[in-house]
Amino acid sequence: MRYSIILMAISFMFSLSANAKEIHKERSIYRNVVITEKDQIRCMRFETRRKKVSNQTCIDLSDKQKLVFEYTQGILAGLAIQTKPSRVLILGLGGGTLSNTINQISPTTEIIAVDIDPVVVKLAKRYFDYKENEQVKTVIQDGRVYVKRALLKQEKFDWIILDAFNGDYIPEHMMTKEFLSEVKGLLTNEGIISANTFSSSELYHYESVTYQNVFNQLKIFKAPTKGNRVIFACNCDKLTFPEKIPLTLENHFSIYSMKYLNIVSQINDKVDWNLDSPMLTDQYSPANLLK
Amino acid sequence: MQKITISLLAFCAGFSIMSFELLGGRMLAPYFGSSVYVWGSIITVFMLALSIGYLSGGKYSLYRPNLKKFAIIFLVASIALLPAIYFSEYFFEFVFQRVEDPRYGSLLASCLVFLVPSMIMGMIAPYSVRLLTVSADSSGSTAGFLYFISTLGSAIGTIMTSFYLVLWLEVDQILWFILSILATCSGLAFASFYFTNSKILATNENTLSTEN
Repeated sequence: MRYSIILMAISFMFSLSANAKEIHKERSIYRNVVITEKDQIRCMRFETRRKKVSNQTCIDLSDKQKLVFEYTQGILAGLAIQTKPSRVLILGLGGGTLSNTINQISPTTEIIAVDIDPVVVKLAKRYFDYKENEQVKTVIQDGRVYVKRALLKQEKFDWIILDAFNGDYIPEHMMTKEFLSEVKGLLTNEGIISANTFSSSELYHYESVTYQNVFNQLKIFKAPTKGNRVIFACNCDKLTFPEKIPLTLENHFSIYSMKYLNIVSQINDKVDWNLDSPMLTDQYSPANLLK
Repeated sequence: MQKITISLLAFCAGFSIMSFELLGGRMLAPYFGSSVYVWGSIITVFMLALSIGYLSGGKYSLYRPNLKKFAIIFLVASIALLPAIYFSEYFFEFVFQRVEDPRYGSLLASCLVFLVPSMIMGMIAPYSVRLLTVSADSSGSTAGFLYFISTLGSAIGTIMTSFYLVLWLEVDQILWFILSILATCSGLAFASFYFTNSKILATNENTLSTEN
């Protein structure tokens, strides 16, 4: 069973990266952003000479509603708790898949997507149908700086999605206890976070301990074939995923080939990290050395 | 002996400057992010500080240069790090609340926290050239050797901080580490000053007694 999962993961990685045709490359102040295409799968990635390619985002051109990454489905399970969020903050835009999906499922929700790289935003619009409108706004800024400024303005969000961590370089100032406390400070009562995080290496333990310290109770979704882990936490005493969700939401999910019960069955609150690991703080955050 | 001491001190100064500069990025990131312009601000401020430091260190070396004054530069440099340890967050918060643009915010914040200590550290290099130079003929070779030593120190300060120190210690602890290196250097320079002086004194006394 385990081997078949590993094989599936490897073949999935290869199908997304091996010999994918480069259809566009653009230089930003941070790196080269590349758009690739293979077998109707279009992906955005940051140029690297390494063998192992990590895609920032992918869409299936034959079925644009399909969520290619499993962790995206995991993150969207947050809608089961915040069924009608009035404001959502997304840190790390990628191709804008999350923003587009949330906007389609809940058109009245105000969405603010923050990304540091203007080229990513431009290519998300051009190649991944990322849509801005009355409700969806993009801010080009460092995520931590955005959060600090929003705190000054006493802004509040019902749902904050942290998705700025899937590149080769980890923004270390967005892994710390202080950062997570600031994020928590932006949440409304009962507001939730969904964070795409690391599930391998030493960093797994450090990061988990840090989240646990700030939010107490964590719910974990682990993508079955890929290595992503989504952490759910809330600004409340107890976070529970409902067994049943409104029919309309279930119908919406089915458009994206999401089965809520399947996803929720992969969410648990098992603590499988080393509780003695040090916390990541603004004073101590060697995330890139730990991964 | 004096050559070894001064070389060691120049090495430590080079080490401290780059270690401090690397920490600068870490200290600013929570307030201004880690965008390319934040690093731009830090490097600008350090380069500016070093240029002023070189100029003033060179000027200071014109007035009866000795190891005691050299020791004082190290002592002042180490004391100048204290505000970075105790007050940097207040400075950063102050600037963050007043300057929206992270480019100028990080530039101003860097000036407030990094300019003075790195300027004083910059005084060390030209002063050490003066202390070691014995003749105009050899001055180029002396300067070259000291550049070599202090830049080697900078290289090691960079790699040690970014590869290991941030993994072993907290930012403030590393700042204390740099501070103690500079303070120890100061002590070493003082000791060397008094040791050399007493030797000179002894030689003078010997010469006097033989003359008598």
